[in-house]
Amino acid sequence: MISFLTSNAYWIIWLVKIALLLFIVLTVNAYLTWFERKVVAHMQSRWGPHRVGPHGLLQPLADGAKFLLKEDPTPAGVDKFTYFLAPLMALALALTSIAIIPFGPEPLHIFGQTITLGIADLNIGILALFAITALSVYGVALAGWSSNSKYPLLGGLRSSAQMISYELALTMSVVGVLLMAGSFNLRDIIGAQSQHPERGLLGWNLWPQILGFICFFVAAVAETNRVPFDLPEAESELVAGFHTEYASFKFAMFFIAEYTSMITVSCLCTIMFFGGWLSPFPASWTFTHYLPSAILIPLGLWVIWDGLRYETVFGKLVLPGIGTVMLALGAALIAFPAVNEFIQGPFWLLGKILVFLFVYVWMRGTLPRFRYDQLMSFGWKLLLPVSIANVILTAFVLLWRGAQ
Amino acid sequence: MTTVETAAGATKTMVLNMGPQHPSTHGVLRVLLELDGETVVSAIPDLGYLHTGIEKSCEDKTYSQAITLTDRMDYLNPLGNNLVYCLAVEKLLGLEIPKRAQYVRVMMVELQRISSHLVWLGTHAIDMGAMSVFLYCFREREEILKIFELFAGQRMMTSYIRIGGLALEPPAGWRAVVDRLLKMMPSRIDEYESLLTGNRIWMGRLKGVGYISPEDAVALSMTGPTLRAAGIPYDNRKVFPYSSYDEFEFDVPTRTESDCFARYLVRVLEMRESLKIVRQAMNKITEDGPFKAEAPGIIPPAREKMKTEMEALIYHFKIFTEGFSPAPGEVFVTVESPRGELGCFVASDGSPKPLRVHFRSPSYINLQALPKLTTGQLISDVVACIGTIDIVLGDVDR
Repeated sequence: MISFLTSNAYWIIWLVKIALLLFIVLTVNAYLTWFERKVVAHMQSRWGPHRVGPHGLLQPLADGAKFLLKEDPTPAGVDKFTYFLAPLMALALALTSIAIIPFGPEPLHIFGQTITLGIADLNIGILALFAITALSVYGVALAGWSSNSKYPLLGGLRSSAQMISYELALTMSVVGVLLMAGSFNLRDIIGAQSQHPERGLLGWNLWPQILGFICFFVAAVAETNRVPFDLPEAESELVAGFHTEYASFKFAMFFIAEYTSMITVSCLCTIMFFGGWLSPFPASWTFTHYLPSAILIPLGLWVIWDGLRYETVFGKLVLPGIGTVMLALGAALIAFPAVNEFIQGPFWLLGKILVFLFVYVWMRGTLPRFRYDQLMSFGWKLLLPVSIANVILTAFVLLWRGAQ
Repeated sequence: MTTVETAAGATKTMVLNMGPQHPSTHGVLRVLLELDGETVVSAIPDLGYLHTGIEKSCEDKTYSQAITLTDRMDYLNPLGNNLVYCLAVEKLLGLEIPKRAQYVRVMMVELQRISSHLVWLGTHAIDMGAMSVFLYCFREREEILKIFELFAGQRMMTSYIRIGGLALEPPAGWRAVVDRLLKMMPSRIDEYESLLTGNRIWMGRLKGVGYISPEDAVALSMTGPTLRAAGIPYDNRKVFPYSSYDEFEFDVPTRTESDCFARYLVRVLEMRESLKIVRQAMNKITEDGPFKAEAPGIIPPAREKMKTEMEALIYHFKIFTEGFSPAPGEVFVTVESPRGELGCFVASDGSPKPLRVHFRSPSYINLQALPKLTTGQLISDVVACIGTIDIVLGDVDR
């Protein structure tokens, strides 16, 4: 048994990593819906989900169960094959793109094996990622077309046009970063930002590429069909857009795909412009390494306290349990400095991703929606020229520096 | 069932059936859109999905009973509907209403106008994708509905305004509640404006969309904020003052652009003007005084009188069993509802039940402009236009 494991370690590690990442991404997806509903609710002076489980924490599970158990009617006259293919495609492509994201700098050494954090470490990482996200337009377009209904058709057409237009600006806006790093590999891009560890967050690509970042973020929001660019599913115009005719788990697939691409885009933003797993503090400030503990321990204490005064017995049991785990984790990080060092990279990466996800939700609570023609002219007449100008500017500055 | 022949040939355009079940037709309006891509070639509103037969039902009720039906007509303006119907019947009877009751009526109707505009702003914002404004507006509307509940015991279908005055004496402690609302509202309206008025996306969605020339607006007999946004300061409260509106100081906000953005601004300004009127009315209402007219046989007598006077008891019995019979004749009265000119026609044949009741509802008449507003625009603009006409389907189909 042991010999089988060690001789096939490469494949087993690989499969376990994929399974683990899928599990994590889908769980994060589910809790992202909870997070979004809760944050938007509090922005709108509401409570948000608070019935299923303490603070509505089991709401995602209830939603998942509902999606699985709902009747799944297929409308008359649909193109069966494409109708089934579209949600599968959307979900598969969205999940594939996550595979290229690296989650930490140091490989994990365990049982004599070296395990890198991240599934595929491609030397054309960013290109592959854009190729996959570019394909995801098929999911939406096919869903709109195969549903044999007018609202999905309009939604599908809108989103094909939108995604293709913004794809250009999205790609052009990162060219500056690629020029600066001299590589397509996501690890190298982060590495290029860590050349001056003493500068902390001033070494990030954000500052020289501020124009590129703005273009990238706007284009990325449009690419993921989120507010204010959520025209393909503009509920006040197109009912639900391309997924109007989808129900039950096929709808859930589109839903998961959308949230997964939100996570991917947040990862990309973090890696390209915000230094990925690099700490925002100068490297000499070693005391900031205790920040994970400094967050976990008070948070754990608060959750315990909150749980003790919760109304239901379930909450009184579960919340202090979660709090204790947090507290223990925080304490363990102080007790084992090696683990603490290892956790720094993923901690900052996840922290930054969370900030971006919050910005997504924040925008949803604030902004109205663009109109279709305004969206197109915004993409083609403003975003694309600005991102091209950014490329030219970056290229000139790099040449000038090289000549000196 | 309305069907359309496509004007530009069957192959080039597509007919999209918007409604009757659609998130942004504000009820059950059906609009047949002929589309070339996303551009509207023609738009035909199809009505009647919410026909309630309220006008016809009124003919089978006594004059007092019909008040409860008017509540359910324009469900965002029940007090205004009560008012116009009661004004019509009072004109038929030649009743004189005590000043105190008139001021309370003005105050209630203006609060109703604010709450109606809040619902309009919220739903219009959510149509445009701005989700939070919707909930902020409903938060403040809730406060106004609480005031109605305090006065009438009902939040929406109040039936508070009755023939000859009011249903009940204003409750104890109402001044503090209304005062709190008046102090809160200006900053809350600023909050909505800070989210919308200067927002580039909001302006882009509304400016230049749904233009109608002042001449066309008059020709289609549009009224209310939609007409005033075209630069015509026509307001029934100023032109034909009713219920002592001539004693109040307020402006009639107008704009000249006549697009969706102008209509939005006019309504926001109207909310601020209404706050002024409520403040003035609050100061005019005295602590003591009659809240309904004295008219034996028409207005129910006070409870105390019934216990001591035989005539009062007989009148009470007769009013609630048989009703009262105005002299034969017909009247037409108009008021300014949040949506425009709301008219009420009542004809009497001398029996205790009206011969005919008809309402000139602003939603129905303003809706005529929809094809003119939307032709040549995009689907998203149709939503903006339906929103800024501010239709209430209960008011369209009576």
